[in-house]
Amino acid sequence: MNEINKGLDDRRATYIEYAQAVPLAYAIDLDVCLGCGLCENVCLAKAVKYDDKERESEIRVGSVILSPGTKGYDPSGLVTYGYGLYPNVVTSEGFERILSAGGPYYGHVMRPLDRQEPKSIAWLQCVGSRDTNRCGNGYCSSVCCMYAVKEAMIAKEHIHGELDAVIFNMDMRTFGKDYEKYFLRARDKEGVRFVKSRVHTVSEIPASGDLSIQYVDESGDMKEEIFSMVVLSVGLTIPDSAVALARRLNIELNPYDFADTRPFEPVTTSRPGIYTCGVFQGPKDIPGAVTEASAAACLAGGDLAEARGSEIQAIEIPREKDVSQEDPRIGVFVCNCGINIGGIVDVPAVQTYAAKLPQVVFTDSNLFTCSQDTQEKIREKINEHDLNRVVVASCSPKTHAPMFMETLEACGLNKYLFEMANIRNQNSWIHSKSPDLATQKAKDLVRMAVARAAVLRPLKEKVIPVNHRALIIGGGIAGLNAALALGRQQFEVCLVEKETVLGGLSLKLHHTIEGEDIRVYIEKLIAEVRADDKIEIVTDAEIAGFGGYKGNFETELRVGPGQEKRIIKHGVIIVATGAIEYDPKEYFYGQDDRVITQIDLSNRLEEKGASDLDSVAMIQCIGSRNEEYPECSRICCQNAVKNAIHIKKLNPDTQVYVLYRDIRTYGFLEDYYREAREKGVIFLRFNQDSPPDVECLPDGVTISVIDHVLQRPIAIRADLLTLSAGIRAADTNELSGIMKLNRNPEGYFMEAHVKLRPVDMPGEGIFLCGTAHGPKLISETISQAQAAASRATTFLAKPEIKLSAITAKVDTDNCVKCLTCVRSCPFEVPAFNQNTKLIEIDEALCHGCGVCTGVCPREAIQLSFYEDDQIMCKIDALMAGGM
Amino acid sequence: MGTATRKKSGSVMIVGAGIAGMQAALDLANSNYNVYLVEKSPTIGGLMARLDKTFPTNDCTM
Repeated sequence: MNEINKGLDDRRATYIEYAQAVPLAYAIDLDVCLGCGLCENVCLAKAVKYDDKERESEIRVGSVILSPGTKGYDPSGLVTYGYGLYPNVVTSEGFERILSAGGPYYGHVMRPLDRQEPKSIAWLQCVGSRDTNRCGNGYCSSVCCMYAVKEAMIAKEHIHGELDAVIFNMDMRTFGKDYEKYFLRARDKEGVRFVKSRVHTVSEIPASGDLSIQYVDESGDMKEEIFSMVVLSVGLTIPDSAVALARRLNIELNPYDFADTRPFEPVTTSRPGIYTCGVFQGPKDIPGAVTEASAAACLAGGDLAEARGSEIQAIEIPREKDVSQEDPRIGVFVCNCGINIGGIVDVPAVQTYAAKLPQVVFTDSNLFTCSQDTQEKIREKINEHDLNRVVVASCSPKTHAPMFMETLEACGLNKYLFEMANIRNQNSWIHSKSPDLATQKAKDLVRMAVARAAVLRPLKEKVIPVNHRALIIGGGIAGLNAALALGRQQFEVCLVEKETVLGGLSLKLHHTIEGEDIRVYIEKLIAEVRADDKIEIVTDAEIAGFGGYKGNFETELRVGPGQEKRIIKHGVIIVATGAIEYDPKEYFYGQDDRVITQIDLSNRLEEKGASDLDSVAMIQCIGSRNEEYPECSRICCQNAVKNAIHIKKLNPDTQVYVLYRDIRTYGFLEDYYREAREKGVIFLRFNQDSPPDVECLPDGVTISVIDHVLQRPIAIRADLLTLSAGIRAADTNELSGIMKLNRNPEGYFMEAHVKLRPVDMPGEGIFLCGTAHGPKLISETISQAQAAASRATTFLAKPEIKLSAITAKVDTDNCVKCLTCVRSCPFEVPAFNQNTKLIEIDEALCHGCGVCTGVCPREAIQLSFYEDDQIMCKIDALMAGGM
Repeated sequence: MGTATRKKSGSVMIVGAGIAGMQAALDLANSNYNVYLVEKSPTIGGLMARLDKTFPTNDCTM
């Protein structure tokens, strides 16, 4: 059985987990191996160690990070869903494999029973999550709503006919950055149906294998629908092996077996020196896991800052040989790539062909040219045959060129004297049915590569020093934590705050939902930052000017009432400008003092308690999830739950009503939602189309809303109406203009990559954290701030940066200053110098994309490594083959 | 030499080479710490590598 594909197909006893596995090496599954030993005998590389044994080794480390990951909930125990019993009931993990081109059905959406394309698929949410009755997992797994929406949309894309995709849910929890827009696209554009119901039972119709779902709809009526397939959206759980590991390491777990952490120390476990990240810390999506990983790295490294660099091996690079006066002596290495190339292409024939090409003095072929021992061999051959150009005919330069270029450098050859011919991805893989033609094409590709190698020139990479000081913009929880974390990594920080006091929005808050005191925390945090002599704090300061490039920025500040000018030189920037509470225009806010926001309510409860309150109503999604502002503000549901519980604790007799659209208490926040209901808080759902009506009368505020169970309007009289006002980005118009930082339509700063680079900004050396990135909890802000500090550390830890030599250069004699390049460059690098009257391209800023080279009408710009002759010679060599 | 005066280690061990463990390893290595990235299965990548595409950009996971 193939556990990667969730048992939907089989695999052999010797296997590679999936095509892109790293390392791409076979493993033996001892549970099913018969012990015939055949694999050991046939292995050409003699790589099979048949009687390999487990070995123990001891290593000494200063810190530990636990990221053991997650396991999808196994729904076999919930017998009413029929998983394992009805073939067409799969888990969401199985469905991911069904969608995948590398999966059991090669990306064709089929149902397991009869391999027919499904006409309808139902997703059942919260299987193994938000369920204290049947599985004991009281938490929300945080990701299932989004992945179900994704799977539904992609299934619709893959299926040839119409697909009825239905997601049965209690609440749609699409609370992340840009997630609400994704949900709306699925619902309004792609036609995914969303049904508010928790399905209890799935039954199979034996004749067809279809599945019948009976459910109670919103009005309380029993309904039945038939589906071709059912996907169980299983939650995230902690595998037993991780629990056992935690026990061995003596770190505390929470009641659900996740690592126990505190809100103000989100990645710190109960044992000093051991940190955690990813789902083991709590259910989360990929950007959350990546962010936390950087945060854990920051703290784990920060503990060892004084020993940084003490246990790494420096790579010694020999002096570069000057080959500029030599005639080209080209070595060609043709790769078999196991059988990937060698099974199709006649590699010996290609090698023989290459040997006859002009200026080729050596050829070789290897089973795997990328292997470590082949690098050794290439180095030997370069020295033995005095090679001054190298061509590797193998796979993609995108993945492998940097490694081969390092091999050249290790022999003292300039790394730009290297060329690759991709005879795998662009040849053997796609022409596997025509081996003769593939061999011919491999020869053509090698001939072209050799022609280019002959005209390559050594290039020098500019080395620039890095200024080891960081500028942090914003002195709220995010900026303060980032400063502290960088201080611990022993870097200097200049922390700039526009207000006269530090603390930001947190100064208006009292307690977290867990009951931690925010004021005590922020006071302690500010004191720690003030006590760190590596951190300079500049308050009452604005950014007035900005210039420079990665590693060497220069920022102009205006400080204090006198607007004194000050220049800060720094190597990196962390943007932590924060967010503000939305100022509601709805429901008489600002006109009637009985209508307040959640922040007002917390203040009121701290000051006056709740003994005089008979009834409090709350309305969710004020200024969020509407036409003007489509995004979810993420934190308002837990704010409402927090304050509702607070009221009930102060005065159990106060009636509390929360009017909501979807309650989004993700992760462990779900426990507080349950606690609020247990304490008697009444949650009433309303539709966006029929929002509550509010009247401010002398004896109280009256809120009318259509109850979805009763299907009729009800009226609530409340002493206070609390509006769960959303979060808005701080006003950063001026800042983003000065620093050229991109923001999304909501005004939040944009990260370099939503999933994989959530705290990097597109410009190098610029990082982002806290609510400037999007609404988030204090705990999430802290981990993102530590993550930004970690990313900044990767930059600041280097004494200098090498810039790529692949940059554009202007031939000023031929340039007529038409400004086409100035207008075309996506990075705004080419500029007209008023003094010299020339077009200049700063090589520190140039990304080497080649746009200017292509558009220049005078052909006066050349991109190093891709100069005109270096491209034209390849075309000539191709044509010389007589196409 | 007693443990109290022992020189601080410049190495970090990371248990689990899914997306979180890999990112932590890269950050630490790029900050000049020595890293031991420990994974119990034959390949790194964890759960993310088994997904098809990721929300909200529908990027390929690989």
